[in-house]
Amino acid sequence: MQRINELHPVNQDFEPEFYQDLHTDLMFLNLGPSHPASHGTLRTLVALDGETIMSAVCEIGYLHRGFEKTAENRTYDQVIPYTDRLNYVSAIMNNVGFAKAVEALIGVEITPRCMGLRVIVSELMRIVDHLVCIGANLVDIGALTNFWYLFNKREQLYDILDKLTGARLTNSFTRIGGLARDTYPGFEDEVLHVLKEFEIAVLDVLKLVARNKIFLSRTQGVGIISQADALSYGFTGPCLRATGIPYDLRKEFPYYGYENYQFEVPVGEVGDTYDRIMVRFEEITQSIKIVRQALKVLPGGPINSDDKRVSLPPKDQTYVNIEGLINHFKHIYEGIKIPPGEFYDATEAANGELGFYIVSDGSGNPYRVRCRPPCFTIFSAYPDLIEGGLIADAIATLGSINIIAGELER
Amino acid sequence: MKEVQVKKIPREKLNFWEETYLLPIFQGMSLTLKHLLKNISNTEQMPVLDYPLEKKTMPPGYRGKHRLTQRDDGTVKCVACMMCATVCPALCIHIEAAEHENPAIEKFPQVFDIDLLRCVYCGYCVEACPCDAIRMDSGVYTIFASKREDFVVHKEQLLNMQAQYPETARPKQGMPPLPNP
Repeated sequence: MQRINELHPVNQDFEPEFYQDLHTDLMFLNLGPSHPASHGTLRTLVALDGETIMSAVCEIGYLHRGFEKTAENRTYDQVIPYTDRLNYVSAIMNNVGFAKAVEALIGVEITPRCMGLRVIVSELMRIVDHLVCIGANLVDIGALTNFWYLFNKREQLYDILDKLTGARLTNSFTRIGGLARDTYPGFEDEVLHVLKEFEIAVLDVLKLVARNKIFLSRTQGVGIISQADALSYGFTGPCLRATGIPYDLRKEFPYYGYENYQFEVPVGEVGDTYDRIMVRFEEITQSIKIVRQALKVLPGGPINSDDKRVSLPPKDQTYVNIEGLINHFKHIYEGIKIPPGEFYDATEAANGELGFYIVSDGSGNPYRVRCRPPCFTIFSAYPDLIEGGLIADAIATLGSINIIAGELER
Repeated sequence: MKEVQVKKIPREKLNFWEETYLLPIFQGMSLTLKHLLKNISNTEQMPVLDYPLEKKTMPPGYRGKHRLTQRDDGTVKCVACMMCATVCPALCIHIEAAEHENPAIEKFPQVFDIDLLRCVYCGYCVEACPCDAIRMDSGVYTIFASKREDFVVHKEQLLNMQAQYPETARPKQGMPPLPNP
């Protein structure tokens, strides 16, 4: 805000010489908070000279719902539906991130089948997140058709999630120590089918945009961020990889057996909008590869850990057996008891590093939960990305850094 | 940082025809035309529904509007143990318990309200219920009312909901035996 004030002296109305040249008059404009081109409720106050953005300031907080404070008043299992609403485009990845942090804090081993299924659904959600991001970004720069091609295929995956998790968007699929339910018969075939559809969609869209002059001139050289700047802002995920740094938590700190899957980390060169879009396209391809490998080696067995501290007893125990019933009651009324301590754990979500810092005081509720959303650090660099460019470029840049307001403002 | 297998994103040079933008127009148009013809010739496979006239059938296991299950004699199966109200992350269930005339049952809910505007459809109440009294298998996903108060559904409305797939609903279990009068 200070920079805007410097550029806009308060008493300039009484300084006629200031207006001698029209170019010196800056126009102030709010991009957002409620505008279709601002993805979510993001407000950007810009100072314009003609169409060039001289200075920009971002303001967030229009979608703040108090996730962290609410989590302090809920048991660990009850927080999971709240994590759905962080990045609502890839809800299951947030579920997995939170469940993984809590499990690491207790020291519970999850079953191999649960790991495999979590990898499969996470990668499917990563694909969906990238499809939505690319689709919306292409709409922003005027390529509407691609949006339908990508969204039609997303619909087919949502039909699978319907059957698998029982909900389309807010899945709440994981539980501490396991998953809400096992797969249904025919799950593998349907996933393999939808992967093929994703490949078709990616090919179709690439055919339309990859060698399209308008697309290239709208994206190449727009919204550039250097490697050093990206690192100092704390970028992670596709936006960091677009600058050429191959940092991926799945490779750096492998979890859930990611070290056993063969996949490559796509990196860009320049760190502009084009690189960010193309890195996402390539990540879709890599995720498809991971899902195929994971489906091939998906082991059988139970999905929930047999640790009595975290898992609800099976229903036949609850219905007829007094021990099971008491276990069930204690679990629900008191929550999962976690030994006092603090822990930070992160997963590679679709936008970057999604971390949860959990402080436990030994009761059933977390003492403090801090969520490290990948968007937050990326959005702090947004003024730097758009200053000096045109308004239309600012819109294209905003789409490519994939800001999800639910995650940004928690 | 570890050495990982990376894949560089290429930046290809456009050739003369692509620079003019004439060729990509025709390539793009042919692709969209192909999609159009495919959709016109086979409207069945289009992922579109005439929504109010034609509704999507939800698969088994879909978490729709709640319902309360009944005993064989039509009374409510719930024993007002407050598990669902406790586990609900959105705090949308309100139960007032009363004493049941049957000593084997002890308690029953006099008031069982669910505020559908607060509910997040996470399905935790179904998981928490120790006597299979609440289910979300009605398959109803459209919830509408003209007044805010009408979104609070009461016990009678919940008891009257039907299962979408009655044949696949879980078998009746965990019922305390009713003594003969």
